[in-house]
Amino acid sequence: MNWLDTILQGVLLGGLYALFAAGLSLVFGIMRLVNLAHGDLIVLAAFLILVLVTALGLNPFLAALVAAPLMFAIGWGLQYFLLNRTLGKDILPPLLVTFGLSIVIQNGLLEGFSADSRRVVAGSLESASVNLGPVTAGVMPLMTFFSAVAVIVGLNQMIYRTSVGRAFRATSDDPVTAGLMGIRPQRIFALATGLAMVVVTIAALYLGTRANFDPTSGPSRLIYAFEAVIIGGLGSLWGTLAGGIILGLAQTVGAAINPEWQILSGHLAFLAVLLFKPRGLFPRAVD
Amino acid sequence: MALLETRGLTASYGDFQALFGVDITVGAGETIAIIGANGAGKTTLMRSIAGVLSNQAASILYRDEPIGALQAPDIVARGIAMVPEGRKLFPSLTVEENLLVGRYGRRTDGPWHLDSVYGLFPVLKERRNTPSTALSGGQQQMVAIGRALMSNPELLLCDEISLGLAPVIVRDIYAAFPRIRETGASIVIVEQDIAQALKVADRVYCMMEGRVTLSGRSADLTRDAIHTAYFGADPGAEHHELA
Amino acid sequence: MTLANPPFTVETRTRASQLFAIAAILVLVIAFAAPFIVSRSIIQDLFFILTMLVLAQNWNLLAGYAGLISVGQQVFVGFGGYALFGCVSLLGIDPLPAILIAGLFSVALAIPTAFFTFRLYGPYFAIGTWVVAEVVRLLLAQWKALGGGTGTSLPREATRDMMGVDLMRDLFGMKAAQASDALTYWLALILVIATIGFIYRLLRSKQGLGLAAVRDNEQAARAVGVDARRMKAMVYLTTAFITGVAGALIYLQKARISPDAAFSVVDWTAYVIFIVVIGGIGTIEGPILGVILFFLLQTILADYGSWYLLMLGLIGIVVMLFAPRGLWGLFSDRTGIQLFPVRRRLKGGPLGHSIKGGPHG
Repeated sequence: MNWLDTILQGVLLGGLYALFAAGLSLVFGIMRLVNLAHGDLIVLAAFLILVLVTALGLNPFLAALVAAPLMFAIGWGLQYFLLNRTLGKDILPPLLVTFGLSIVIQNGLLEGFSADSRRVVAGSLESASVNLGPVTAGVMPLMTFFSAVAVIVGLNQMIYRTSVGRAFRATSDDPVTAGLMGIRPQRIFALATGLAMVVVTIAALYLGTRANFDPTSGPSRLIYAFEAVIIGGLGSLWGTLAGGIILGLAQTVGAAINPEWQILSGHLAFLAVLLFKPRGLFPRAVD
Repeated sequence: MALLETRGLTASYGDFQALFGVDITVGAGETIAIIGANGAGKTTLMRSIAGVLSNQAASILYRDEPIGALQAPDIVARGIAMVPEGRKLFPSLTVEENLLVGRYGRRTDGPWHLDSVYGLFPVLKERRNTPSTALSGGQQQMVAIGRALMSNPELLLCDEISLGLAPVIVRDIYAAFPRIRETGASIVIVEQDIAQALKVADRVYCMMEGRVTLSGRSADLTRDAIHTAYFGADPGAEHHELA
Repeated sequence: MTLANPPFTVETRTRASQLFAIAAILVLVIAFAAPFIVSRSIIQDLFFILTMLVLAQNWNLLAGYAGLISVGQQVFVGFGGYALFGCVSLLGIDPLPAILIAGLFSVALAIPTAFFTFRLYGPYFAIGTWVVAEVVRLLLAQWKALGGGTGTSLPREATRDMMGVDLMRDLFGMKAAQASDALTYWLALILVIATIGFIYRLLRSKQGLGLAAVRDNEQAARAVGVDARRMKAMVYLTTAFITGVAGALIYLQKARISPDAAFSVVDWTAYVIFIVVIGGIGTIEGPILGVILFFLLQTILADYGSWYLLMLGLIGIVVMLFAPRGLWGLFSDRTGIQLFPVRRRLKGGPLGHSIKGGPHG
């Protein structure tokens, strides 16, 4: 067994989990909403890319580019017309509505696409690899990881350097006072969920090209995303990346010992972090 | 023509009615003070005008347009900005970011921009990159006023800006008001510090239990009249010093 | 100053609830007699309704009263089921005591579980409970003695020779399979009565008042001396016990268990949440109404497969948005009827009318 190789694969897998998690983290940071349908939305986006690839013969990357604005619109509409109605002091309505949404998306996809496993074909890129001295890394895993870094840099730039980003943070602090500044919290929330769905599309691109997925794959993606967010600590996107990497490492190392232990070792790493650092490794937010 | 006018304005929180037919007018360039005891309805009046509370459309007129039913962002866009009670700075934003957020809903060019707000409150420029939570109460109040000015409002609403601040700090903050008036903006201040209010205001409204009980030019109001309007006419009420 | 007013009395009973109590006793008598009246397949349907009602009452106690929104209660159903199978298949314990032992095992699991999940705030608690359920599922799938990932069946003789079955065969002349179905049905009925009785008593007790205070305002409740954490932990452990017992009973009746089925989030949590939400969260009546509606929907729509689940999801969303207190809430608001009154009412005294909430009511 090549440990260096295992570690590299783990880190790169962490990039995928960070992509799953970034949207969840963004939405929670701005409106304290945990979307239980997040994983199912990733799978929905993967099916959207699949349809664009098979029906129109598009390259997967081009398909993701087409899917991104569609997913943005879905996210915007979902938030503006449905989820905004559930926000408030009580955390029950948003949780239950998004849980219902998760059931609706899963079964809608089952009806439309059957329970078969699917995969988005990315051609020669799938098997391409780069030699990095003692180890080799697949081109797709590398692209996944660097996309995750790019997404996080991009989101951070937007949140901390732009007028919209200031509006995001102001609304997160105090929506009523934000209204006095001319900010419309309902639209800010819709925009944030729309953006999260763009990130979800990027995550779906790599989910779909790297592994098989089916309509019921959503909940476990939600759980990985959630674990990455909690391991990293709430409120920090870089923490989320670190959380994704730790989760990816734990899973690959576990799988290297016994293939049946892959998922379990990821969960155990998460529980260990919760035990020793309940606020995550890089906490930032005060909740 | 009045810049702002309320006509028979009522407001309630659920079953609890807080305003019972309030009529006030604010002329262009005028500074108005609204005084009254706790619970008199002053903050409710301000929140109604600013669109935080929704009212009958025709009960608030701004440049003769009914704005009572509009929401806060629509009010800001029309040139009314509010300094909310308790300052309400955004804790995760720096001083400068708080000021910049003030421009979000109305990007009109005018006398107020970052440089002129820093000119008004120079201490903020030194602390521009500190988190707003790290400031003293007085400095936070300066940010709150500066933030409201950033939208170049024609009407500035200031709710209890002296609350919880030392008198010397209050004096510093009120020293900025003549400069704000010079730009031609109308100002409505809600104050518990009556002496301070009388000093800056052209006219005063005194409220009690959701109604206007007294109004007039600051110079014309006697202490006894204010006292009666403030506490009611109960001869048994204990005597309060006003200044 | 003192006035000679008639004294206040605080009571929770209502007229409707008294009439209901009489009706309920009648229904229970019929329910107990059911195995002699109706066919085996109806008994199996009733068993399903009763066990879902137990799960729903428990989830309702957790989410509706203690504010602990869990999407991981399937962990206790599955663990209870597995504990029963372990006791019966591996240790040779009779299924009846094994059901109670399974409940205790569930509590034993709930203690470390609470230790982890209680560190998570609000919505994250929900997903945390789900992770725990996944961990337990994956661990049990590794346990080869109980069939690993594919699962296992109870030995036939275990249910045939179960305590009580012989007695029923002699007394009522039932066949073994019929007797064991009747027995599990009666156990489910007793479990329903015990669960509802327990929750009703709890809500009317001092602890119940504390629980309501915690739900309405945790900070304020703490300030008046209610130990919110302790309260929530107590509710969590109690529901773990009852849910574990229900899980054991369900899998005793099914006689076959596998990790994927026993820890199914759809079967043991999504359905349960649906029942509570459409019936009315935060009431005892809600889950009862909800489980009946759920069973009817399932009977009518079950042939439609995923369309059926999709419908359930949509109905759940619509109810949550437009009738957040469920159908029982709508009914109760219109009629003022409460079958399990837990709200304290002020009777007598100088006030002729009931006091409605002020500006914050």
